[in-house]
Amino acid sequence: MQTLVFVVFPYVAVLLAIGVGVYRRRARAYTYSALSSQLLEGGRLFWGSVPWHYGITLILLAHLLAFLFPGVAGLILASPIRLFVAEAIGLALGFYSIFGLAILMVRRLPGQSRASAVSSTMDWVLLLFLAVQVATGVAVALFDRWGSLWFLSSAVPWLRSLVLLRPDAATVAGLPLLVQAHFVCGFVLVLLFPFSRLVHVVMLPAGYLWRPYQVVIWNRERRAHD
Amino acid sequence: MDVRCQVSMVFHLDKCIGCHTCSLACKNLWTGRPGTEYMWWNNVETKPGTGYPTLYEDQEEYRGGWEVDGDRLRLKLDTRAGELLNLAFNPRLPSLDDYYEPWTYTYETLTDAPLQDDQPVAVPVSLVTRREMEIEAGPNWDDDLGGSPIYAANDPNLKGIDEETRRRLFETERLVFFYLPRMCNHCLNPSCAAACPAGAIYKRGEDGIVLVSQEQCMGWRMCISGCPYKKVYYNWFTGKSEKCILCYPRLETQQAPACMHSCVGRIRYLGVLLYDADRIEEVARRPDHELVEAQRSLILDPCDPDVIRAAKAKGIEDGVIAAAQRSPVYQYVKVWGLALPLHPEFRTLPMLFYVPPLLPVTGSVDDGVYETSADFFSSLESARLPIRYLASLFTAGDEEKVVEVYRKLIAVRVYKRGETVGDVTPARVAEALELGRTTPEEIEAIYRLTSLASFEERFVIPPFAREAAINLIQLTQTRQEGGGMGFLRAPRRGL
Repeated sequence: MQTLVFVVFPYVAVLLAIGVGVYRRRARAYTYSALSSQLLEGGRLFWGSVPWHYGITLILLAHLLAFLFPGVAGLILASPIRLFVAEAIGLALGFYSIFGLAILMVRRLPGQSRASAVSSTMDWVLLLFLAVQVATGVAVALFDRWGSLWFLSSAVPWLRSLVLLRPDAATVAGLPLLVQAHFVCGFVLVLLFPFSRLVHVVMLPAGYLWRPYQVVIWNRERRAHD
Repeated sequence: MDVRCQVSMVFHLDKCIGCHTCSLACKNLWTGRPGTEYMWWNNVETKPGTGYPTLYEDQEEYRGGWEVDGDRLRLKLDTRAGELLNLAFNPRLPSLDDYYEPWTYTYETLTDAPLQDDQPVAVPVSLVTRREMEIEAGPNWDDDLGGSPIYAANDPNLKGIDEETRRRLFETERLVFFYLPRMCNHCLNPSCAAACPAGAIYKRGEDGIVLVSQEQCMGWRMCISGCPYKKVYYNWFTGKSEKCILCYPRLETQQAPACMHSCVGRIRYLGVLLYDADRIEEVARRPDHELVEAQRSLILDPCDPDVIRAAKAKGIEDGVIAAAQRSPVYQYVKVWGLALPLHPEFRTLPMLFYVPPLLPVTGSVDDGVYETSADFFSSLESARLPIRYLASLFTAGDEEKVVEVYRKLIAVRVYKRGETVGDVTPARVAEALELGRTTPEEIEAIYRLTSLASFEERFVIPPFAREAAINLIQLTQTRQEGGGMGFLRAPRRGL
């Protein structure tokens, strides 16, 4: 069971995410879109989308950095004051994201705004799992304190073992159910990625920062020298 | 000199009767799909009026186009990083209410209703939510000055006009308006393309048509804010931006775009211009009052041997150069200087030009009899449309430029009236010619192209297709990564 949940499932999710994601980008590029509904409803979107996107981006960034540099993270969090501050910021960002997500969900409810007209089943599945993921994250921060520290010695070795193709779920097997639910839900979101509007996350247009303002495309080869 | 070719248009506003045939031809062809109902790639606005979407010209609100910052040209919308930070919520995006919520009627109740005492009624139903709705606005809600205290009175172009003139403009007896057909300007310096974070909007090298690659577009919505003319529209159903494609599939088969082909008043002209792409930024940076002239200077003489040589060196086909030499747009814009760009101060170098309207006819009512004024055709002083207003539309506020155009248009009328009716003194004709800085030969040419021009003279479409057909068709798909509107599959909304 542990192997199935913490080894097989993550691999399946990641492989599908990459495989289907790449296939969809190449064969069905037209379906890649952030599917914004701002044109239909903008007032509540502001209070939902901005807190959600900024909150969750910063939280994910913290997760990623701690995973990539556990040593540095450990040093930083070694002092109780810094640990407390990190946890407090994390918790605040968690509430900030949940606040945004709740508004995003309410505005998509039938009859609430025109945005409900463009809400698919997959949108609701996604919203639900995102809500579960952030809620479990906040719950962990509240009830299984100092996760930013013990995460380094439990989740990080496990994730690293998955990346290095030497899967070992021993470090997470004994964790509380709440924490395990957070991990599983995370990989459910990875699984949902290629089948939902989440694909827009990887299309973040960083290239815009340096590309020329005008794009010119020729249908045929330009003759002579150019 | 980087010679490039641009398909350009001239709209002769004196001839526009506001019939909206162009808009419908376009709608029938391109924007009948879900999510595109509210899009009017081509629309006809009544001026004075607030346009579509409402107040689109107010760039303090929408931040479209470019602005000059020292010696640099930058997007009025935001910095590049600023745009990326606003991807989650674009603070400058118009809402659907600034356009209108598209609707249909429950026509089926007219036939399906059971036997009852009252007539069945087809009620309006939103095409977005499919619920019954109250119609509050629609396309051309202010057509022919409908609701002018709300719409026309708030026209941003009336800002510089004094109270007295403004009041007179809206007196019932003197009400005046004209039609302004609008479509994508296929700008030389498109700010929609510059604002697109995904780089999905591009200009075609061969003809300068600006397109949104439907596969690259991620629906970040910055183009809609970036375009000061609000001619990129967001498809709320598929999550992609769409815009006028200048009917390129028609152009490539030697047909005029649908809006132009169907134009009842024959107000539209289409032809190619050769221009110097190296100077785009320098020209777009000029001070407001130099913009019209600078944009004209960008357009190259297609008969100049140096230009022809440079054009050939850049791979422009002989047929395209020949078409440029016969271009009606070149005549109106460059040779005669009669056609002006709409809002040059947005600095996108729009390539759709307008011959400003000289009529409406002036007249007065005496003892219940309507009299056209004595100088029916010929007086600038009695013009009912304030020059200042037209200058705000077409010359970034430079009234002298508008007056120049009008003097020439008046000269054409005075001269031709003298010729055909004979009730104008030679001295008056000579005076008009001098004021208009024109000659009888030029007047004949203007008269011909304005009034008598055949279909082939109005639309000089270069042979994009015939000579290079195979080359164009085969390489389009592979090299453009499916860019543009040529769907290989039905455009379905993403998951």
